[in-house]
Amino acid sequence: MRGWRRHSGVAIALDRENVDTDQLIPARFMSTPRAEGYGNFLLYDSRNDAYGQPVSDFPLNAVPNASVLISRRNFGSGSSREAAVYALVDFGIRVVIAPSFGDIFASNAVNNGLLPARVSSADADAAIRKLQKGPLDTTVDLLDRHIRLGKMAFDFTIDDVWQQKLINGWDDIDLTQNHKQAIAAFRAQHVQRMPWAIPVQQTNFRSAGRDTVSQ
Amino acid sequence: MSARRLLDKLWESHEILRREDGTSLLWVDRHLVHEGSHHAFAKIAERGVPVAEPGLTFGVADHYAPTRGKPATDAIARMIATLASNTDTHGITCFGLDDPRQGIVHVIGPEQGLTLPGLLINCGDSHTSTHGAFGALAFGIGATEVAHVLATQTVWQKKPKAMRIDVTGRLGPGVGAKDLALAWIAKLGADGARGHAIEYTGPAVRSLSMEGRMTLCNLSIEGGARFGMIAPDQVTFDYVKGRPFAPSGVDWERAVELWSELPSEADAIYDVSVSLDASEIAPIVTWGTTPEDALPVTATIPDPARMSGTAAERARNALEYMGLTPGRALKQIAVDQVFIGSCTNARIEDLRAAAAVLAGRRAKVPGIVSPGSQQVKAQAEAEGLDRIFIDAGLDWVGSGCSMCVAMNGDHVEPGKRCASTTNRNFRGRQGRGARTHLMSPAMVAAAAVTGHLTDVRELLRERVPA
Ligand code: SF4
Repeated sequence: MRGWRRHSGVAIALDRENVDTDQLIPARFMSTPRAEGYGNFLLYDSRNDAYGQPVSDFPLNAVPNASVLISRRNFGSGSSREAAVYALVDFGIRVVIAPSFGDIFASNAVNNGLLPARVSSADADAAIRKLQKGPLDTTVDLLDRHIRLGKMAFDFTIDDVWQQKLINGWDDIDLTQNHKQAIAAFRAQHVQRMPWAIPVQQTNFRSAGRDTVSQ
Repeated sequence: MSARRLLDKLWESHEILRREDGTSLLWVDRHLVHEGSHHAFAKIAERGVPVAEPGLTFGVADHYAPTRGKPATDAIARMIATLASNTDTHGITCFGLDDPRQGIVHVIGPEQGLTLPGLLINCGDSHTSTHGAFGALAFGIGATEVAHVLATQTVWQKKPKAMRIDVTGRLGPGVGAKDLALAWIAKLGADGARGHAIEYTGPAVRSLSMEGRMTLCNLSIEGGARFGMIAPDQVTFDYVKGRPFAPSGVDWERAVELWSELPSEADAIYDVSVSLDASEIAPIVTWGTTPEDALPVTATIPDPARMSGTAAERARNALEYMGLTPGRALKQIAVDQVFIGSCTNARIEDLRAAAAVLAGRRAKVPGIVSPGSQQVKAQAEAEGLDRIFIDAGLDWVGSGCSMCVAMNGDHVEPGKRCASTTNRNFRGRQGRGARTHLMSPAMVAAAAVTGHLTDVRELLRERVPA
């Protein structure tokens, strides 16, 4: 994953509360391998009518080059499906702006370089009203936690750790490998304290004693 | 030092280290994977890393499991086969379709004794909070995190804030854990507990069975909480004892000793405390497209004209999707079909509650009953519950996620209305255009009998001998 500091692109609004991950990607598409791309599945049942024809005035259809999405509270609630983030990212979205996010969605987003930018309800509301007249160019500064949307300017919040992760494009597995010894030591004392931490039917495993983090 | 809470004790006993920024690296005791974990297996394959702890990883076919005959499509069959081959490659025990231990991941974990008090449990599924009912630290994770757990048996996590939901009083007849859960979600909102770990306390929670506690913790995520938990007690120990993967002998004695130290100290302080009176809770149904759109069945459909701002707009959209008219009684809403199943409400007690209402009655609408696991199915059949469902005119089918998520081919047709024991009434959750009303198993059974949303207490009253 590559890190980034600033993003400029076209913003659109999705004027809805509680855009859950079932809406972001309906379950029936989730058996597709990622290599095939998930962009077309994004908000599929909102973007297309019952006959599979695109709804022309739906924001994503009207502005297919959009890369910033502004929505309302509780965005990405529900299922932990990371495919919801894949659909956004594969469509080309780099930043989602909303007053609040589902916890699992937000951490999935950060793991894929997508910024979940939290703003006040008032700012989200003002931005959505501004975008009702049409898409606008926007710049999102990850370092300063600042958004410029046309002539409007406002700040967003993001957890410090997540900000660093997005900027540096960190990969957790690499980070964790550095703690291999601490993990092995923890495992040993943990299992001693509660032997049932290793399930009893896995007897061969208790004696296997191999490193937690291989490689 | 301030009084420690269940959350603190669980956290401390799994924390390998804490970074300066406050993020903890936690040890994972049990990692449950299912068909949807294919992205994560692909990620570790790409890196060429093995599964760190195959003995702590368990697979189960549930999300795509057929409930009747063979998988509905080749794509679905492929998902199940991919899980089988991934678990096989890495030496992971997998409860596949032909394994008598197969069932929904959050039903079989506890059933097999894989879920124990004091453990940390992860699964790539948001309802992993279910396992918190045992006093475990259990939370759902996304695919990147699943890959991380596979590769390292650890997870990076910031400690959430602690929230207490204290339930006083007693639940009335015909009112259960599902109603209790929907009641607090309606009160606090679908994001009311975001960023918090919920601990459920109080006499009404203590008097719930393990099945009821699992239903309550299961729905924590619908109120925005990644974690829901209940301190273990004798009810917990009685449930766990003798399960296949549970400790036994000397280990059992030691385990109970340790588990008895888990409950929060009496004067512990929570970041947020909420209290509810169980005796005021009526059977609840949802009317809209998020679980917070929930009301007592005795109420009327809300009127957006009486709301303001985004709430009015949202209610209007929800009612339009649901095809409902404001102001009418919820009990007048006719349903096309019913579904009894899912990790929320398909355990033996749930099936008994539904069967108690359906016994000797006929359903006016079609529906399916999908037990939470093959073992639940076998037990229900031993108790004769299957006959009650079949005689009522409902389909008694195999175990899996089925219509909860509509991945296996079972789904609700566009525009059709389903009374459902599941956990999400989201747009399209049960199939494109499907209209879902969430409620308890007894309430779904009542809706099946009358063909419309019904206060199950009326049907139960008829049963009381004069
Ligand atoms: S039954 Fe539904 S909520 Fe439960 S694990 Fe399956 S899909 Fe998820």
